[in-house]
Amino acid sequence: MNTLTGYLRQAGTALRFLVLATLVLGLAYPLAVFGVGQLIAPYQANGSIITDAAGAPAASALIAQASADDSGARDPRWFHARPSAVMWDPASSSASNLGPNEPKLIDAVTANRSAVAAAEGINESEVPADAVTASGSGLDPDISPEYARLQVARVAAAHGLDTKAVASLVDRHTSSGLLAFLGQPSVNVTSLNLAVAEASHASQPAQSE
Amino acid sequence: MTFNYASFVVQVAALLIVLAALHKPFGIYLARVFEATTSTRPERLFYRLAGIDAGTEQTWSVYLRSVLAFSAVSILAVFALQRLQGILPGSGSLPGVDSWVAMNTAISFVTNTNWQTYVPETTVGIFVQMCLLAVQNFLSAAVGIVVAVALIRGIARTRTQRLGNFWVDLARTSFRILLPIAFVAAVVMVLGGVVQNFWPTDVTNQAAGISQSIPGGPVASQEAIKELGTNGGGYFNANSAHPFENPNALISLFEVFLLLLIPSALPYAFGRMVGDQKQGYTVAAVMGTLWLASASLMGWAVASGQGTATAAAGGLGEGFEQRFGPVPGAIFAASTTLTSTGAVNTAHDSLPPLAGGVAMVNMMLGEVAPGGTGSGLYGLLILSIISVFIAGLMVGRTPEYLGKKIGPTEMKLAAMYILVTPTLVLALAGITVLLPGILANAPASGPHQFSEVLYAFTSGANNNGSAFGGITTSGPFLSVAMGLAMLLGRFLPIALVLALAGSLARQGRIPASTGTVPTHGPLFGGLLLGVTVILTALSYFPALALGPLAEGLLK
Repeated sequence: MNTLTGYLRQAGTALRFLVLATLVLGLAYPLAVFGVGQLIAPYQANGSIITDAAGAPAASALIAQASADDSGARDPRWFHARPSAVMWDPASSSASNLGPNEPKLIDAVTANRSAVAAAEGINESEVPADAVTASGSGLDPDISPEYARLQVARVAAAHGLDTKAVASLVDRHTSSGLLAFLGQPSVNVTSLNLAVAEASHASQPAQSE
Repeated sequence: MTFNYASFVVQVAALLIVLAALHKPFGIYLARVFEATTSTRPERLFYRLAGIDAGTEQTWSVYLRSVLAFSAVSILAVFALQRLQGILPGSGSLPGVDSWVAMNTAISFVTNTNWQTYVPETTVGIFVQMCLLAVQNFLSAAVGIVVAVALIRGIARTRTQRLGNFWVDLARTSFRILLPIAFVAAVVMVLGGVVQNFWPTDVTNQAAGISQSIPGGPVASQEAIKELGTNGGGYFNANSAHPFENPNALISLFEVFLLLLIPSALPYAFGRMVGDQKQGYTVAAVMGTLWLASASLMGWAVASGQGTATAAAGGLGEGFEQRFGPVPGAIFAASTTLTSTGAVNTAHDSLPPLAGGVAMVNMMLGEVAPGGTGSGLYGLLILSIISVFIAGLMVGRTPEYLGKKIGPTEMKLAAMYILVTPTLVLALAGITVLLPGILANAPASGPHQFSEVLYAFTSGANNNGSAFGGITTSGPFLSVAMGLAMLLGRFLPIALVLALAGSLARQGRIPASTGTVPTHGPLFGGLLLGVTVILTALSYFPALALGPLAEGLLK
């Protein structure tokens, strides 16, 4: 009896503690971070949204923007992001979670390799690892500089642009310095494709989508 | 993707230097909070509203009862409100969470595990994330810390029953330690690109003809405490691999720093509170040595690029994010499993076999290098007591630790503590693979399937929360089995630690004699390190041989 009332009293304190703590930690704290974020860094706090030439929100610089048709073929006009376990759908996120010796993963990697080699018109042995492996999030916006270089000729031809001009766009969207040293050099495909679209638009003002 | 050794060395060194520089001033701050005798005005208001008598101290059994009452109420509240999600505000059109999943998630977040058997994007809305899960990120971390503090008091105090007041310790830890650091960390994260808003943004790439709804949410505020409190539950399914949780390699390093910060400073607070700083240095040195050894082993295992699928891909890549690659992947994977965090910036399931094995061993060590917030310190103090006992046997003396006799009672409590998690892990993993039908639809094959099961229960019983994500645990059997692993893996050790604290506090202090084994310095540190590694190896080697070691030997 004594213990029971002891437990009940403890539970009452626990409930009141939880409610009060929720007001501070579950409401005041996130709202304060929200307020400060909107004040000092609204671009980042709202998802690093980048705009197209017309100023309309076109993408998040941090999220892959890619698509494939029902047969899995990718649009040849654009730089391709890495394979994705969620087909680049930002409403979800996942890795393949297949083990390092998994036969299914070997099949997937081999199929990706053939597809990339065919799309770029290169030898299968020239395809870099990031081009055939699914990213950790499924929304990885970045590819390796090697994979980007392999795609320059195709993208330039599709837009009637000079390959040198497209290659310099790739350079401009490649990470460097500290971030590249801590992680690895990477090319942001999302912002690169928007830059390609802009360059394409500028060189052929009559053509519209 | 290639492993950049220079980058690895620089980042490991940077973490060690910064944490070593901070552990003294921050440790002093922590000790001051735990030893504070006065309350601030807002705290006094908080105590009055919650009905807490801040002036009283509790015996170990009342302290434990408070821990259990608070955790039980938290589990019930988090469970019930998830079930009611459909009628609560801020949940969009999401319905109530499935009852097995809601139960598993409530236990998971209250036990500081943050195992996620749900897909956040399609299961939980802003209300559940912000007002339930993120709040438990704070409070479960604080519970771990206050239990460690009670044990320190048990060692430091003499001839007393009183170990402090759980409610006061919990409030001070939450509001004076976790909240201010989390706030600063969250702002840093926003500056680095982590999202903090309450709405999605529709975007359209006209040229490519792609429209997307870019998700929003209070991510930075949750991400900050998720790392600082060694919780690890992601706002998004991909956890810290998601660009909105971890936008670049610098933020990734910052997240590793955050999850190591409190556990690595607690030893200094311990040394200060027991009045012998050398004790704190020895504990910190053992933690640091284990962390460095394990991170190096992880780096080596990742760099090896082992695995037939990895070879087919022409190198590492599966499960890695391009902006990170193998170096931040290895550092994060080692640190998240050596603490009880469980956040991931790389899919552990696709790591080379021995790297996945290192992640498992890290958790099997009991997460003591530097471990979860509080749980790392009390885990290592239990191992210290085992070590003085073994040393005492060697020299034929009654073992003592910091002037307290380690008698039969203390040894029984310490030995039971050591047995709890291996028993849970091995028994539950064994039952799971023996029962027909449980793994019938599992996508993995061969020894990797066993690795996934072993990883899951190791993660659950050690309250880590990281996963070999290929396994699905949302069904009734695995939901309950994982729930049990998390619940018993959290609260049995806590009960034993508090009982030990009570038993130590009752004793007087015996003066050190020539027969006393010194519990500081390289000799004892080496012994403690050896005991930690040998106990783990003895418990888990056979299971490891069937899983990651077998995989690593496959060609």
